[in-house]
Amino acid sequence: MSKVVLDFEQPILALEAKIKEMKELSASIDLSKEIVDLEKKVESLRENIYRNLTRWQRVQLARHPERPITSDYLANLFTDFEEIHGDRKFKDDPAIIGGIAKFMDKSVVVIGHQKGRDTKSNLYRNFGMPNPDGYRKAHRLFEFAEKFNKPVITFLDTPGAFPGIEAEERGQAEAIASNLLLMSSLKVPIVVVIIGEGASGGAIGIGVGDKILMLENAWYSVISPESCSSILWRSWDFKEQAAEALKLSSFDLKEQGIIDEIISEPIGGAHRNHTLVFDNVKNAINNTLNSLLNVSPEKLVADRRQKFYKMGVWNE
Amino acid sequence: MSWFVRSKSNIEKKELKEMPDGLWTKCSSCGEIIYKKQLEDNLFCCPKCNFHFRIGASEYINIIFDDNSFFETNTEVKSADPLNFTDSKPYTTRLEDTYSKTNLNDAITTGIGTINGKKISFGCMNFNFIGGSMGAVVGEKIFRAIKTAINEKCPLIIISSSGGARMQEAAFSLMQMAKTSAALSELAEAKLPFISILTDPTTGGVTASFAMLGDLNIGEPGALIGFAGPRVIEQTIKKKLPNGFQKSEFLLEKGFLDMIIHRKDLRTKLSSIINWF
Ligand SMILES: [Zn+2]
Repeated sequence: MSKVVLDFEQPILALEAKIKEMKELSASIDLSKEIVDLEKKVESLRENIYRNLTRWQRVQLARHPERPITSDYLANLFTDFEEIHGDRKFKDDPAIIGGIAKFMDKSVVVIGHQKGRDTKSNLYRNFGMPNPDGYRKAHRLFEFAEKFNKPVITFLDTPGAFPGIEAEERGQAEAIASNLLLMSSLKVPIVVVIIGEGASGGAIGIGVGDKILMLENAWYSVISPESCSSILWRSWDFKEQAAEALKLSSFDLKEQGIIDEIISEPIGGAHRNHTLVFDNVKNAINNTLNSLLNVSPEKLVADRRQKFYKMGVWNE
Repeated sequence: MSWFVRSKSNIEKKELKEMPDGLWTKCSSCGEIIYKKQLEDNLFCCPKCNFHFRIGASEYINIIFDDNSFFETNTEVKSADPLNFTDSKPYTTRLEDTYSKTNLNDAITTGIGTINGKKISFGCMNFNFIGGSMGAVVGEKIFRAIKTAINEKCPLIIISSSGGARMQEAAFSLMQMAKTSAALSELAEAKLPFISILTDPTTGGVTASFAMLGDLNIGEPGALIGFAGPRVIEQTIKKKLPNGFQKSEFLLEKGFLDMIIHRKDLRTKLSSIINWF
């Protein structure tokens, strides 16, 4: 078990503790049969809980403090990463990280929301909530990629763009809007991977691409379940219902045609086995990238635009 | 973050301000009691303090277009309920209630008309339709208005007023930010002008997509324009916001609006700007 236990994981934890206790006892008495039985039981309990996760439970997994974050993917999927700091206008925003790297020997540009691992690093990273400077750093890196004809890979993991005084003063809305415009015209492939939280404008601000991949337990929507609850139900207590209503899971979004591919996670969530997750994400990016590398820039842009033009359902 | 749609009670209060009943109405800025007819003659601006009352598409069409030149398009594009969304009431009920209350088809009215004889593809958001929120209908109608501008080789003008995204359409509504921006990149390639007019209030996903992407971004005086709503910012930073924060004049000072135009000058100025292109 991981150090952090989510509420719905408690029954599993209890059984696992019991098994551990029996194993310690089995030095003096033979409990091997009982242990095997209990191990079967915990296995089926795990299956039962993790195969039937509610949307809110998935949101909890997406926010798990031990879940891989952008810097982990940078360290494990890429080589020769050189971080590029700053927007050359105002400052460097640590909530968005980016730079040049090699992915399976190909030169690529990588951009991602960057959360922290602990309180200190989260304060430094502003919990992955970018200011306009972060979006402008991304803007600069998108242009950089286009200039040198290299594909871009973006990692989405944010609770939202930061709602602060300075963010407004420096044009949070304009910064995001400019990125949307640029990404819809960029003449190099863009692969988007939603790895954790994809909250609204702050997420899509680096999330317009040719293919949108999403980890099984990540979430992506226009608003967080909590904020949705507070606005539509006028109380913070309806986050479970809000998560259900928003249909924000990878499976929902695949059905809605908003994402292209779900990347599977180990049972219990990505934090249970980082190596497996890195392998799965690496393979998914590699396959996607290979399918895009020989497409002409004109077709790439035209297809990307068409993809987003089709999004939405209305009656007529 | 909860910056997208303001609470309903807030919207209802504002609606009173925007649709004064009876013969008299009170200016919510200076408190002046104004004869309704006089307010209308003054293009819904307070004669004493110039406060710009919230108005909708039909009023703006009267103000800026040549008489009888405007033809509304895509009136049959109506909201679906792809997620079967229910909060305090089902989305479909909310839509039906809003149709009958506002007599509007959705939070945007689009069409084509002339300003001083020059053809314009036009869209105007209606704040009293679910807080002017952008769902698939708003996105699609803006997309079509952009395509019309390209096909007719004419300028595009969009007047925004919006609390942000249509939450009841969840991720679909989020995608409209990308959809409208992508369509604007085609307009830009066609070298056709987009004039974005931001009125009170323009926030959230609308500001963070097409509304901030004008070749010219024009504000109405005193309009609230921002990404996050003021209440969300106050909750986050746990401080009161300074006076005038996120108002048009503030955005002009910070460099995000190109000009502020008083409503009484809107038609004349737009006409002269269009003539430049
Ligand atoms: Zn007044």
